Amino acid sequence: MREILNQSSNPEIIKPMLELVMEKAEMFKQRFHRKPVFMEVCGSHTHALAKSGIKQALKEYVRLISGPGCPVCVTDQRSIDSMIELSQGENRIICTFGDMMRVPGSKYSLMEERTKGKDVRVLYAPTDAIKIAEDNPEQEIIFLGIGFETTIPILALLMQEAEKKQLTNFSIWMTTKLVRPVLEYLLQSGEVALDGFLLPGHVSIVLGEENYSFLVDDYHISGVIAGFEPAELLSSVQKLVQLAYDGEAKIINDYPSVVTKKGNSAARNLMARYFEECDEAWRGIGTIAKSGLDIKPAYRQFNAKLKFNIKQQEPRKTKCRCGEIIVGKIDPEECPLFGKACTPRKPIGPCMVSDEGSCSAAYLFMRGLG
Amino acid sequence: MSQTINLAHGDGGELTHQLIQDVFVKAFGNNEESKFDAAIIPVQQGKIAVTTDSFVVKPLFFPGGSIGKLAISGTVNDLAVSGAKPLYLTCGFVIEEGFALKDLKTIVQDMADEAKKAGVLLVAGDTKVVERGGCDGLFINTTGIGVLTKETETVPSFEVGDDVIISGTLGDHGIAILTSRGDLGIKSAVESDCAALNTMLEKATAVSKQVRIMRDPTRGGLTTTLVEIAEDFGVTITLEENAIPIKDGVRGACDLLGYDPLYLANEGKAIIVVAHDDGDKVLEAIRQLPEGQDAECIGKVTDTSKGQLLIETPLGVKRALHRLSGVMLPRIC
Repeated sequence: MREILNQSSNPEIIKPMLELVMEKAEMFKQRFHRKPVFMEVCGSHTHALAKSGIKQALKEYVRLISGPGCPVCVTDQRSIDSMIELSQGENRIICTFGDMMRVPGSKYSLMEERTKGKDVRVLYAPTDAIKIAEDNPEQEIIFLGIGFETTIPILALLMQEAEKKQLTNFSIWMTTKLVRPVLEYLLQSGEVALDGFLLPGHVSIVLGEENYSFLVDDYHISGVIAGFEPAELLSSVQKLVQLAYDGEAKIINDYPSVVTKKGNSAARNLMARYFEECDEAWRGIGTIAKSGLDIKPAYRQFNAKLKFNIKQQEPRKTKCRCGEIIVGKIDPEECPLFGKACTPRKPIGPCMVSDEGSCSAAYLFMRGLG
Repeated sequence: MSQTINLAHGDGGELTHQLIQDVFVKAFGNNEESKFDAAIIPVQQGKIAVTTDSFVVKPLFFPGGSIGKLAISGTVNDLAVSGAKPLYLTCGFVIEEGFALKDLKTIVQDMADEAKKAGVLLVAGDTKVVERGGCDGLFINTTGIGVLTKETETVPSFEVGDDVIISGTLGDHGIAILTSRGDLGIKSAVESDCAALNTMLEKATAVSKQVRIMRDPTRGGLTTTLVEIAEDFGVTITLEENAIPIKDGVRGACDLLGYDPLYLANEGKAIIVVAHDDGDKVLEAIRQLPEGQDAECIGKVTDTSKGQLLIETPLGVKRALHRLSGVMLPRIC
């Protein structure tokens, strides 16, 4: 396996691929008098494109916009504040993915709360939360459920375990997001003109290739499902440029080693058993109808939002422009805080916290040359 | 003797004496130097190098080593990369009440074995026992004393073209520790690289009189250490991403967990910056030893007027590397 992966960063293979993308993009430019514009909607793509140097190398040829794909970056500030507020109660253990720890709330972050003695735990395997609940019957265990369709099946698995074990001290604070509604929002709003989407590899494992046919049928726009190694990314970008040049709208599965036509139906069934669609608020966008999943009423005992009375307050206003960055209206460097008041060490917005955030990727991988 | 350590082991009375005799003297030997309140050691020619380090690693035992082995090799390496010949060590133990005597004996034996391998003497020690909860099992502090001679001293006068050598694969210790904690839900066969490097580094300085600097990339990893060198001496170092040796197991674990191997801790690796003419000689010399068998030249000094660290990706794109910002956090998808 590693042999294959090593080949996908072999310069003899990927340098000619890069040149091919440049050549095709040049042809596009001559025909349409502008650069082709694509959007990736996966935080791991944002990270990989910046780290491998692809984004940098293609700067003059292709505009790659980092769209809403990083889970913490798209989370509304009110939701973030509420999740941090949860840590204030007595006898609670807050379980979270690492990314959430340093996300600044209006008043403080979970990391700061932990320093003050609150029990906040970063879990690598979310199912550890079940064991923590069993081991601590006197405590309330609250899992902060953020993420897209890649993560939601894991949350459903947590629900299944909690149900099986009849846990009464376990709940999830759901603020999950779905890919399709936000893609449709971006296309309908017309705020950013795109020539195609670099579609998320991991999410597509769950959703399957067929899930994206609406892009072609309803919006006449292309999408290429991409992997994460340099060769895979270059291959997919090249296909997007070719489709844009030809004026053709098509969905291509360029990650067929793991993504199938139908996706993972077992994971989707598990999600459907415990969760139902709900309106979700997105950072910088506002509420999009049916763009998230929440716990079904039949399982309300596991719904932290119903279990704990958290008053939502108006978030503190900052000059952070994460909201505009994640929909591609501006690049990270155009935010007045970027690299000055806002750095990964002292982030003001979530896009600077997560490894997958576009500001963090721009700061870590694309600054300071020359 | 009781099977666990209790507070009386630290009060200076009979039990303390018994602990010292049965555990420490048995393993470390009772050197002439250590019969007084302070160890008396002869003054050597040259300059004296002194370093100190505290070890609080969790877990205390991990694949490839233990806190004991680490407490010796870590301090020996700090002396060795400074160009000093490590000679003496002191050690201080802070032990939590209830600690298993069996584990303490194993750890102390690991220290004795590693000290013997490195050719250093343990000449002074101290033991304190704190109540339950006062520390996390066991903490060890070691102080090392070595001597520098004209032959071994390095001179940091960098030139464009100097080779940057790493003595082996990166991130082994970091991944071994992270996966052995058991809370990641993944298992790995990666062992910590923790080892004393003084013999290997002596070989490097024996074959080349043009070693500019040696450093061990421990906490913060290769990147942090090289950024420090670049900034402290105002030189640009350019790494070649594909040349950096990383074990498949480390790369796989990093891919899964969202870590970057270039920022992970190493406990048995050295960076050697050497004049290009001597680069191959140094590589050849250190590759003779097990701790240097995977050594590679991973980059060059490319400018001596600006302090920065660059990396050239396989695509030929250069980007700057910076110190780690805050804590390394796992990605969620």
